[in-house]
Amino acid sequence: MMEFLSNFWVQLVIKLLIAALIVPLVGMVIGFAEMKLSAKMQSRVGPYFAGGRWGWAQLIADGVKFFQKEDLVPAEADRPVYKFAPVLVLVSAVAILVPIPFGPAVVGRDLDLGVFYVLAISTLSTIGVLMAGWSSANKYSLIGGLRAAGQLIAYELPLILAVVGAVIMAGTMSLTGIVNAQATWFSEHGWSLGMPFVLVQFVGFAVFMIASLAELARIPFDMPIAESELVMGYITEYSGFRFLFFFLAEFANMFSLSAIAATLFLGGYWAPGLSERMLNILGPGILFAKIGILVFIMIWFRWTFPRFREDQLQTIAWKWLVPISLANILATGVIKVIA
Amino acid sequence: MTVTDQDLVRHLSEAAVSIELQTPEMTLNIGPQHPSTHGVLRLVAQVDGERTHNVQPVIGYMHRGYEKLAEVRNYAQITTLINRIDWVSGYANEVPFIVATEKLMQLEVPERAQYIRLILTEMARISSHLVFMASYPLELGAATPLFFALRDRERVLDLLESVTGGRFHPNFNRIGGVKPNAGAGSTQRKVSQDLPKTFLGETKAAMDKVLESADEIEDLVAGNEIILARTKGIGVIPSDVAASFGLSGPNLRASGVNFDLRKVSDYLPYSKFEFNVPVGENGDCWDRWYLRLLEIRESARIIQQAVDSIPSGPLQAKVPKIFKVPKGEVYVRAENPKGEMGYYIVSDGGLGPYRVKIRSASFSNISILPWLLEGAIIPDIIAVMGSLDFVLGDVDR
Repeated sequence: MMEFLSNFWVQLVIKLLIAALIVPLVGMVIGFAEMKLSAKMQSRVGPYFAGGRWGWAQLIADGVKFFQKEDLVPAEADRPVYKFAPVLVLVSAVAILVPIPFGPAVVGRDLDLGVFYVLAISTLSTIGVLMAGWSSANKYSLIGGLRAAGQLIAYELPLILAVVGAVIMAGTMSLTGIVNAQATWFSEHGWSLGMPFVLVQFVGFAVFMIASLAELARIPFDMPIAESELVMGYITEYSGFRFLFFFLAEFANMFSLSAIAATLFLGGYWAPGLSERMLNILGPGILFAKIGILVFIMIWFRWTFPRFREDQLQTIAWKWLVPISLANILATGVIKVIA
Repeated sequence: MTVTDQDLVRHLSEAAVSIELQTPEMTLNIGPQHPSTHGVLRLVAQVDGERTHNVQPVIGYMHRGYEKLAEVRNYAQITTLINRIDWVSGYANEVPFIVATEKLMQLEVPERAQYIRLILTEMARISSHLVFMASYPLELGAATPLFFALRDRERVLDLLESVTGGRFHPNFNRIGGVKPNAGAGSTQRKVSQDLPKTFLGETKAAMDKVLESADEIEDLVAGNEIILARTKGIGVIPSDVAASFGLSGPNLRASGVNFDLRKVSDYLPYSKFEFNVPVGENGDCWDRWYLRLLEIRESARIIQQAVDSIPSGPLQAKVPKIFKVPKGEVYVRAENPKGEMGYYIVSDGGLGPYRVKIRSASFSNISILPWLLEGAIIPDIIAVMGSLDFVLGDVDR
């Protein structure tokens, strides 16, 4: 049995299956959580009838509905680009999960440059958004796509700079290595105590979360979609399962960016007092719990705040987040050298 | 003439400065189908990136020809139409028309009927302003205040319904009073119908709730830094410009002009109550939002006073079976939630008016849009447009 499992191709098939399942599954769970939580925040009931209890099957019903819809392509659209854009967005949401460790051994592939890979892949979805905006042959889509591009340039920088602090602390760019560094932070003193980096890297964590909200184009940074201004921004023309792809990708990206934040700053799969064996079993659950907290915060923001203006978004990025994260890097470096 | 090196350098540097990236402008149609044009307003904007110029509103998609329709109906039938002009505050539309007709007929309206009209008009104002409280944050991207505001609007609409039977289009006014008898029109003995017994008590309690939730909405919206950043200093209308474009209502007062027809005109007995007319300072989007919140509080105060002091008596003046309005013309204007609403009625002595001219608030209010939106960016277009609080039925009639 073990021999069979250790075969490269068998492992590949298992990993592919998990990857193919995790995105729709996570998308549905987060989507449902958003529906129910927003209902609570607005004193509504939310989904109620589908599935019998709490409307748990609402998202499944929605998904089926999207597949029944006609796949419309505008006459003037750039057909290949228009059709490929949602795929690219969804693929990037899947690919970003590769180096994220769910346990000491439960990891797609532990890359030495994991952080680098993750940040590079997370940009990919914006290219998909830009493609969608350009190819739709719709003025609202075009403006939405351009806003997304402007947002990417502004927020990729603080996102990367915010991570640098954690990387300096851990001394490695491997995500598994960063979790290990947090788990064994005090081991040289002989204490079996770890330290999540958020305790010392709070500034980096906050900047990362703000920048990832902008990266996700969620309120208060949802200018690329901006329903009251641009109708639906770059997804205005999409229908059917291509629309569903964008929809799923948003929730999947929420999941993966929260997973990265949890790994870098909250200790990832690690929890104090558990052996490595236990962590392999419980690790995914621990990481999911941490992700859940971050996703809840994102949903909370979404239903509390209005949207910024495009120029205000740029001001926040360039005048606040970039200098703050640079100062954070400087302080981290100095402390690292002294201590 | 020789060209020196210095000349050449200067020439080249000037050329470098004067080169600008030439980008073609795009014509963007915002509306008539668009999430935040309040129905079917269409704005044609020239867009260069996010920057727009020459924004022209195109109206008329909601034109239903009420002025012409009014000419072929008799006076009592017209209230059904004018209910639907500004559908967010249907009741308030009826009052000036009915008052104008009564002026032509020189009818003396019983005081109790006037008080009921006043209470219901102020309720219509509260419900209209609460819709604005709901929709304006939504246009800025915040979905949650909507539910707080609409929850309280429901209380007010329930009360309106309990008296008039209608939530949006009550059609409750009659010439000479308010809907007097259950058996109107029949020759049977007329059964007197008054307000529902619990109405006055419930109204007082509901107004306490409205005052409470006005505080809640203020906490939720005014305490939000992003809302302040989006609205302060945006879409500023100086007071002289506001007056010259014929703005009225909250939009005019937000610019610092203290003009309220409730204080000036006597179409309803407002002079018997104590209330303030809130006036803004800067005339920006924020002032227009905040002023409406203050007006909700003032309206609730007026209603509470009116409930305390409502006189008893008949609801209807003595009127003939068939209305013959004497020859003449009259203009009556009223302070509606959206601004000044006026009816100019010309009567030739027949059963219906010869001509009705409706002066609606939103029509004049949006005339300022091209001036106000010159050079604005797209998010500000939505913020400014929303802050004027117009209803397309009120624009096109």
